[in-house]
Amino acid sequence: MPLKIIKTFDVKFLQIIDESGRADAGLLPDLTTEELLKIYRAMILSRTFNRMALALQREGRIGTYASILGQEGAETGSALALEKGDWIFPSFRETGVFISRGYPLWRMLRYWRGDERGMEAPADMNIFPMSVPVGSQITHAVGAAMAMNIKKDKNIAVTYFGDGGSSRGDFHEGLNFAGVFKAPVIFICQNNQWAISLPRNRQSAAETIAQRAAGYGVPGIQVDGNDVVAVYAATARAAERARAGEGPTLIECFTYRLDDHTTADDSSRYRTDEDVAKWQKKEPLIRYKIFLENKGILNKELDKEITDEAEGLVKAAVTEAEAVAPPAPADIIKYTSATLSVRQKKDIKALKWEK
Amino acid sequence: MPWTKIAAERQNITTTDSVNPDVRRGSYRDAILEATRSCMETDENVFVLGEGVDDVGGVFGTTQGLIDIFGPERVIDSPLAENGITGVAMGAALAGMRPLLVHMRVDFLPLSLDQIANHAAKWSYMFGGNASVPLTIRAITGRGWGSAAQHSQSLQAIFAHFPGLKVVMPATPYDAKGLLISSLYDNNPVLYLEHRWLYDMTGPLPAEMYRVPIGKANLIREGKDVTIIAISQMVGMAMEAAEDLGADGIECEVIDLRTIKPLDIELIRSSVQKTGRLVVADTAWKEFGVSAEILALALEDRDTFNALKGPAIRVALPDVPTPASHVLEEVFYHGPEDIISAVKKAVEEA
Ligand SMILES: Cc1ncc(C[n+]2csc(CCOP(=O)(O)OP(=O)(O)O)c2C)c(N)n1
Ligand SMILES: [Mg+2]
Repeated sequence: MPLKIIKTFDVKFLQIIDESGRADAGLLPDLTTEELLKIYRAMILSRTFNRMALALQREGRIGTYASILGQEGAETGSALALEKGDWIFPSFRETGVFISRGYPLWRMLRYWRGDERGMEAPADMNIFPMSVPVGSQITHAVGAAMAMNIKKDKNIAVTYFGDGGSSRGDFHEGLNFAGVFKAPVIFICQNNQWAISLPRNRQSAAETIAQRAAGYGVPGIQVDGNDVVAVYAATARAAERARAGEGPTLIECFTYRLDDHTTADDSSRYRTDEDVAKWQKKEPLIRYKIFLENKGILNKELDKEITDEAEGLVKAAVTEAEAVAPPAPADIIKYTSATLSVRQKKDIKALKWEK
Repeated sequence: MPWTKIAAERQNITTTDSVNPDVRRGSYRDAILEATRSCMETDENVFVLGEGVDDVGGVFGTTQGLIDIFGPERVIDSPLAENGITGVAMGAALAGMRPLLVHMRVDFLPLSLDQIANHAAKWSYMFGGNASVPLTIRAITGRGWGSAAQHSQSLQAIFAHFPGLKVVMPATPYDAKGLLISSLYDNNPVLYLEHRWLYDMTGPLPAEMYRVPIGKANLIREGKDVTIIAISQMVGMAMEAAEDLGADGIECEVIDLRTIKPLDIELIRSSVQKTGRLVVADTAWKEFGVSAEILALALEDRDTFNALKGPAIRVALPDVPTPASHVLEEVFYHGPEDIISAVKKAVEEA
């Protein structure tokens, strides 16, 4: 019997606004001027926060920091396409997601200052602490999504991870679970081409990360991660599917980490300036700004207003974060579990952590 | 004389005669790199793998330059998959290689617990002694501002719990080299746990290849009043404490445990029998920790039990996760002063 092809797959790539700022009118999602500006504001605020955080780190005012420079499009575009009640399971490079969701900036700074209270999300915000172990958060999102199904809750779960995270078993197990249980979850891979010093092509022999979804019966798409509108559209579509009971989607945001892995890294050791310069031209704000200007939505004055506003917000957050009194030593035990053991209570006393 | 030097000079267990610790010094970091390089040069079955091992920084300098000497076939940077890479390393070990698997942080070693605890540790037993797994796993414990709950744990106790695994924790450059060589040539899986704060420490570091036997603790200071058994980073603090206490007329005997498993039962018991007082200083949590095992060893033996003059004291971490905040770290971690108070208390109570 001759070999028969019983199944074929294709991998689609979505770009709506190209590098020069030209948009494909047919693909443009229906967004009002206000919505388009909201995206721009979130991108500017994320970038401003990022710049100031890097400066604070250099002055020793915060600890090691993971820059999101170049990834603002993927972060804000996806975060703003979701509903308020949706659940987010981020990695540590999702500052732009936190900011887009309205997470208080001073709390973000508190986190990076090395203060566990920085990850206490406001009560009405469904966002989990950043996962420091790479990729462990992926299955959490699937479980939360399965819980939405059980509870008949229309909210969905969204998890973010990197190209490195896509090599973890948890990514594969998570996709498989989500496929089997039709869990309302979106897997957003921020393929920024690097996992510290390991380039993307040594992370996997697969040409795209998006295609890995096929193996689990889950739709996957690659999106230009530096096109904020494309990321928005892809996420909105995936969210719609999830809410309609059609199950999970994997979105690979094809982007680039323009800065070092963290402030503890020096990427000039393993990549060239030319590589970075090439991507610099493709970074998400350049094209989005041109797009807005061409549409007559953004002009110099408004741009300045938005930029100034962002500066002001971040500066105020720095003041607020630094004014907060450090946690009391006894807190460390108090937070350990919902109820304290006899021994823990004794420790608080014995260690004189509490007067 | 610096205590690391004393430590090395007291090494009567070195397997090569030509070792002259006075000659050459080096850092803990150099020690690991040298041991790895020497073993790779002498045995082509030895190879290194792990996330970032070929990075220019070379895992805090401990694998630096190996890629240039041995190439990508023997210095393998891997995809981000801790459990997978451990299984792969184990497979290579079963096929006759001596892999050195490097984990930047011990915190992610639990991701490979199935491979380590259910497989690597068990194969020799399950195959009637016909299959051994000569796998060495290096993992690093951190500490410091912002490292926090998932980046600075000290997990020796969980690994020491499994039959079939050996666990070593060198505290000096000399032992770092000798123990790594012993680990690489051991036919069993060995967990080699490093402390990041020791990397810059310098001490005698012979250029030769030499082994420090696994399972032998090191008596690095003699004393008659109190036995302090210290692990990894706590060893230096114990020596500082002993120095201070000596000025107060309390003579401490300090033992650098070096190997967590198998424990050097004899040395522990003989020292406690001599001093009658026991203080254990561990980098890890107190509850269910290595320190508990050491106390149990003292209690289970009639002669040691009889020799005890009072309660043993443990200087180990309280039952809470490692903090991120600076202020919390200050109260969480222990220093020489905590060992001093513990020793004084041990003396007062007996
Ligand atoms: C489970 C685990 N293994 C290793 C590490 C060390 N580590 C931190 S970030 C990182 C690379 C992550 O790359 P990627 O997933 O692409 O995310 P990116 O940093 O590019 O955002 C590694 C190896 C970790 N934090 N967690
Ligand atoms: Mg990456």
